[in-house]
Amino acid sequence: MATGGASPGWRGFLPREAFDTLLRALEAAGYECIGPRVEDGAILYRGLSAGSDLPQGVEEAQAPGHYRLQHTDTPRCFAWAVGPQAIKPHLFTPREALWETERDADGRLTFRPVEPGPRPLAIIGVRACDLAALALQDQHFLRAGNADPYYAHRREGLFLVAVNCTHPAATCFCVSTGDGPQAGDDCDLALDELDEGYAVRAASSKGETIVQQLPLQALTEAQQAQIGREREAARSAQQRTMPAGNLRDHLFNAWEHPRWAQVAERCLSCGNCTSVCPTCFCHQQVDVPTLDGGNATHYREWDSCFTQNHSYIHGITLRPDTRSRYRQWLTHKLGSWHDQYGRSGCVGCGRCITWCPVGIDITEEVSALLAEAGK
Amino acid sequence: MNASIQVPWQAEVVSRVQETPSVFTLGLRLDDPAAPAPYRFAPGQFNMLYLYGVGEVPISVVSDPEHDDEIQHTVRAVGRVTHGLAALHPGDQLGLRGPFGRGWPLEAAVGRDLLLVTGGLGCAPVVSVINYAMQRRERFGRLGIVQGVKHMDDLIWRERYEAWAGQPDTQVQLAADVAGSGWNWHVGLVTDLFDRLGMPLDQALVMLCGPEPMMIAAIRRLLELGVEAESVWLSMERNMQCAVGLCGHCQYGKDFLCRQGPVFNYPDIRDRLGVKGF
Amino acid sequence: MHETTAKPKVAVHKFSSCDGCQLAFLDMGEDLLTLSAMVDIVHFAEAGMLDADATVDVAFVEGSLNTRHDLKRIQAIRRNSRFLVTIGACATAGGLQALRNFTDADAWHSAVYATPEYLDSLATASPIKSAVHVDLELWGCPVNTRQVTGAVRALLSGVTPAVEQDKVCMECKRQQAVCVMVAKGTPCMGPVTRTGCGALCPRFERGCYACYGPAENPNTDSLSHWFEGLGLLPEQLREQYHGITSQTEPFTAAGNRYRK
Repeated sequence: MATGGASPGWRGFLPREAFDTLLRALEAAGYECIGPRVEDGAILYRGLSAGSDLPQGVEEAQAPGHYRLQHTDTPRCFAWAVGPQAIKPHLFTPREALWETERDADGRLTFRPVEPGPRPLAIIGVRACDLAALALQDQHFLRAGNADPYYAHRREGLFLVAVNCTHPAATCFCVSTGDGPQAGDDCDLALDELDEGYAVRAASSKGETIVQQLPLQALTEAQQAQIGREREAARSAQQRTMPAGNLRDHLFNAWEHPRWAQVAERCLSCGNCTSVCPTCFCHQQVDVPTLDGGNATHYREWDSCFTQNHSYIHGITLRPDTRSRYRQWLTHKLGSWHDQYGRSGCVGCGRCITWCPVGIDITEEVSALLAEAGK
Repeated sequence: MNASIQVPWQAEVVSRVQETPSVFTLGLRLDDPAAPAPYRFAPGQFNMLYLYGVGEVPISVVSDPEHDDEIQHTVRAVGRVTHGLAALHPGDQLGLRGPFGRGWPLEAAVGRDLLLVTGGLGCAPVVSVINYAMQRRERFGRLGIVQGVKHMDDLIWRERYEAWAGQPDTQVQLAADVAGSGWNWHVGLVTDLFDRLGMPLDQALVMLCGPEPMMIAAIRRLLELGVEAESVWLSMERNMQCAVGLCGHCQYGKDFLCRQGPVFNYPDIRDRLGVKGF
Repeated sequence: MHETTAKPKVAVHKFSSCDGCQLAFLDMGEDLLTLSAMVDIVHFAEAGMLDADATVDVAFVEGSLNTRHDLKRIQAIRRNSRFLVTIGACATAGGLQALRNFTDADAWHSAVYATPEYLDSLATASPIKSAVHVDLELWGCPVNTRQVTGAVRALLSGVTPAVEQDKVCMECKRQQAVCVMVAKGTPCMGPVTRTGCGALCPRFERGCYACYGPAENPNTDSLSHWFEGLGLLPEQLREQYHGITSQTEPFTAAGNRYRK
């Protein structure tokens, strides 16, 4: 996660009116392009056929439990921080068939894996926090010797166009987690947006191939200086912080802290935070037979440590109340995650704050837990 | 795409024994050409059994790892899947994935005295070790077998325990909290039994399985009797759905039970054991 | 798993209701043919089969209990059925007609009917489980075909149907719908309501109105507090809970907090 200092490595400047050449080059390379579009009052990754599909002039206001789009006269298309979902749904899909079972008249079973279709995907406009989250999902789903074939298939075909964030939301805190706002090399192309277009950097050999097809102009010194100023402004604009370092011992020492019961009074135990979290990976398995009993499809689908089923074993629910479920989420995300993946599971995107229906703020809860736990 | 570990193999029920009104043992034979032959596992590992149209459930393997013609699972009918499995008969098919997880430390146990402690109905993982040790008696020292149940009627395999009690260098002690006529074993708790074994325990390797409060009480007493904490191993239970460390349900603090467990060395989980919420 | 060799007998009974849940059977499409091949539907008035007193393996019951005659009928149905499944909000949680439980129904009778003495209704409209043991509840207004076929399939296979009790939010997020409460300030009951509908309303940019009843572990106090912040008045808040599934403990209590 390079957040500055290194040589920018820009290859040139892509004028806004030439943005479609990027889409055409990606399509020619076999990718389906998705990028930010306004739909249902939010910025969502949807099919992108032209630069004019992008949310030009759209900014956003985010606060705990609050998300609104605002239309401004800026010519920019990436003047917002993060939409409701990161890259997660495109790799670890919300619901996916794993295998099918055929059952013949004698009750004999045949199992068939469901092959995910070939669908190389280019995602345009990903943020540094989302790339950091992707690296964590990669660690989980692509564990050496035990890679999840369904995830791996889609990951293989992924092309990532990062756009550095210049408009952090009030809920963002990626600077404090070290994950943004500037993208490092864990993407294929990285762009910095200016009023008149984009500075372009290739971060992979796949990206290099695409860059060579773009009608790039020279990036002026004035443009470079402007990008530098905006990058710095994006860092200093962030209002929230997550305490640095490994919080594991502090949080596990606070296991009986009264704050857990206090947050449980507000928490709806609804699973919205885990569903929008770009690193949460829990999922459940369900088997759906046809009515005639001849076929069944075995699915996996997003689950959450906030559901009753999550901690259920033969008649016992180990975490029956909201207090224990919230504690499980937070101590895992910020605590045991360090043991499992070598770092915190939080990348500072702030989605769990914005999309909590009652506006619970993870940074506020953590500081309350740490303050009184004696950190 | 290699999805093999996440997609079951076909297996056929070749035997079925009703152990108690709610406990039964299914003997299975893999008859999927894609399945490994021979099928190999370590005592303490588990398989995911798939009941058509309903779902999967993790069940530990109780048969001997070197007899792969019949892979046996002892199951208690408590939920949707296990109640459905109870209705299967020889000739019926189901799905099997496995084996998963870490089994018992049987290499480390060679040449040592073994104490095998089980409580309640959760005894299958430890019974697999008893069977294993009985078949390879010369590899181990003295064998202590301790089993406690709430009610004497909950005890399965009483005749096996009584047969094991007749083996050389083997001590068996059974206890029931509630017992009536016909019970000539101890009435009380598992923790009462260690003193009655008549074997020194300070050099023994201990393997436990059962309800967590029972295991905690047993470990406390065993440590008092001079057992080393590092010599205590226990088999834990959590919700398991994928069995390959992906779905997140079996998390136990920093560990995924299906990968780092289900068998743990006591010092590794001492801080979590019995703490509500883990 | 052995399928029963004789075709199981099924009945669909109706009490006070709009008949909408029975459409979950009639709207099955091709599966209706499959169903009729697999079970023997002996009583289903809306589809033309009439044998209300038949002994059956599975009875699906729609509607709530409102008269003394209803009470007698449901007892008989229970006696005649091995497995009793309530379908829909009326049968599981009283339905819309149970809103009269919060009013002076006698006064309404006198105001509406010329000769109220001809009426023979009970003091309240009640869910089926208030009178007899219910083996499985399918929630929703109306229930959908997926729920009904899922339950039938499980029963045919000899296993207990799966109980869905997570919050609507879980499915809303799986469907990748944008949260109407966060993005639009629309009051939504999804965070306290049982899943099963596929997050139908939020997917059409409408707040959930709790027709599947309470989910497990519902925090109505916190949600009400947030609704107050969105500007809902006490009467509007009460109506969120005292709607289609008012005769459930969490929703009765949550609504009562805002009664005048």
